[in-house]
Amino acid sequence: MLTAKSFLMSPSVVAVVLGLALVGCAEKKLPDNSGQLGLNGATPGSQQDFTVNVGDRVFFETDSSSLTITARGVLDRQAQWLAKYPTYPVTVEGHADERGTREYNLALGARRAAATRDYLVSKGVTGSRIRTISYGKERPVAVCNDISCWSQNRRAVTLLAAPTG
Amino acid sequence: MRVNGNPELRFAKRSARSIGRLCLAAILVFGLVFGIVMPSHAEVRLDITKGNVEPLPIAINDFAGEKVARDIAAVVEADLRNSGLFRPIEKAAFIEKISDPNALPRFEDWRVINAQALVNGRVSRTSDGRLKAEFRLWDVFGAEQIIGQQFSTDPKHWRRVAHIIADLIYEKLTGEKGYFDSRVVFVDETGPKDKRVKRLAIMDQDGANIRTLTRGSDLVLTPRFSPTRQEITYMSYDGGQPRVYLLQIETGKRETVGNFPGMTFAPRFSPDGQKIVLSLQQGGDANIYLMDLRSRNTTRLTNSASIDTAPSFSPDGRQIVFESDRGGRQQLYVMNSDGSNPQRISFGTGSYSTPVWSPRGDVIAFTKQTGGKFLIGVMKADGSGERILTEGYHNEGPTWSPNGRVMMFFRDSPGATGGPKLYSIDLTGYHERQIATPSFASDPAWSPLLD
Repeated sequence: MLTAKSFLMSPSVVAVVLGLALVGCAEKKLPDNSGQLGLNGATPGSQQDFTVNVGDRVFFETDSSSLTITARGVLDRQAQWLAKYPTYPVTVEGHADERGTREYNLALGARRAAATRDYLVSKGVTGSRIRTISYGKERPVAVCNDISCWSQNRRAVTLLAAPTG
Repeated sequence: MRVNGNPELRFAKRSARSIGRLCLAAILVFGLVFGIVMPSHAEVRLDITKGNVEPLPIAINDFAGEKVARDIAAVVEADLRNSGLFRPIEKAAFIEKISDPNALPRFEDWRVINAQALVNGRVSRTSDGRLKAEFRLWDVFGAEQIIGQQFSTDPKHWRRVAHIIADLIYEKLTGEKGYFDSRVVFVDETGPKDKRVKRLAIMDQDGANIRTLTRGSDLVLTPRFSPTRQEITYMSYDGGQPRVYLLQIETGKRETVGNFPGMTFAPRFSPDGQKIVLSLQQGGDANIYLMDLRSRNTTRLTNSASIDTAPSFSPDGRQIVFESDRGGRQQLYVMNSDGSNPQRISFGTGSYSTPVWSPRGDVIAFTKQTGGKFLIGVMKADGSGERILTEGYHNEGPTWSPNGRVMMFFRDSPGATGGPKLYSIDLTGYHERQIATPSFASDPAWSPLLD
């Protein structure tokens, strides 16, 4: 009984229920005032808010794990957002483009994820909130055969996990 | 009829539930007919130590007997042709019609069509339903038998009988062991490029008898064959945790390799099959570790602020070649198998990766990236004598045939509809050919010869 009670009281459950209600609403009829849902229709504090308004990914030069000025700007915003919503643990996925061999790209993706995590930690995000994983060249988002696609695939993506506590 | 003095060949029984019980007993029976004295050495001999070998013309008759006899002869012929070392002669050119494959052929009929070697055979059923296959290899110009053997097996293993016959012909005529009775494990790839489903798969070296070993729910990469058992090591993302596993092919039994605090990848067996060498990701660096499969002890072999990966043992087990970017771009290094004395061996332009030591020990195959292309090449273990075998948009991941004569690798094609396919190429750089697979295929790894 005790477990059931605390489960019902959990703020995360409340947030999920609210989120579902809003999604259901948006699907059926547009709200009168989109501002109710935050900028760009994203609920503040949601994955969509993080992706659209903060930016969930940073890009790298060929064969590099150095964070560009643009990337640092995105990660600064991610760190601020994560400070505002401290219940989210995150997973940083490191990826490589297809112009490398499989084993090296696994390590290169891991190196990019580590560089991203280290920067977020330097900006105040608790290290224990961040898990990293590398997919090497196994999960491209763009599949054309030129630099425009390869540069989209050389990335580190910050994914929000289910909020804790 | 005298019995040839060669030792009896035995093929070990294996309890293969998934593949089927393999019980292939080869009995050497008949070496000699008509009182001809067997020569100790055949006169027909193909010297394959030269660069581009002129393929040896060979006449392979349809084997006599039931339908599978023709199929067996066809597989023997395909194996020999695909090696690039033999040129099977069109059957329409044959003059003598073989009615008794055990009878002495009319050699002059085969000399006329310039057949250097002649293969005759017969397939029948034993009273207990087993398949009995017998063949004779003749030296046409020397007018003598080179070898004659007989095998009996479960009929479902008829392709293996054909590969074993092809291996014997190859060995007798080249002086080197064959590689046809072997298999290849690889990654079967289906679905669109941005949502690829990857499954471990296994097939005979010629692409036959393909089957998948995993269901495709988890991403799997870089399978490698054990040199001593029907076992593979590979990397899987099962449970969202990328790490190295060991899989027994015939039972499907699987276990993780070691208990490492991070991603493990790029595994490969030691030549005795008792150890696995792999990379462990530690922050932004990857280091090479050795794990003893019996004691479960792990030993760290490299310790540098770099990506050290793709380790591969020398066949004597004393050294390990690997790739590292410790000097900037990826290059090849050789160290002792205890991690001591690492020495860079690659110095050409571009970067070098995925080194694999030849089972002969003399050369190391690699992937090279230069000028926006991906090449497959070989160099000696001291880094000298670099030779490129094939190049193009994307070639990657060579693996050696058991005799070190042929390599298989994968070639990727660009764009949304592109994908990898498997290719083989001779050590000389000739005889490149695609291995037909039903879907896209990558990460091939050749087994040792089956037993």
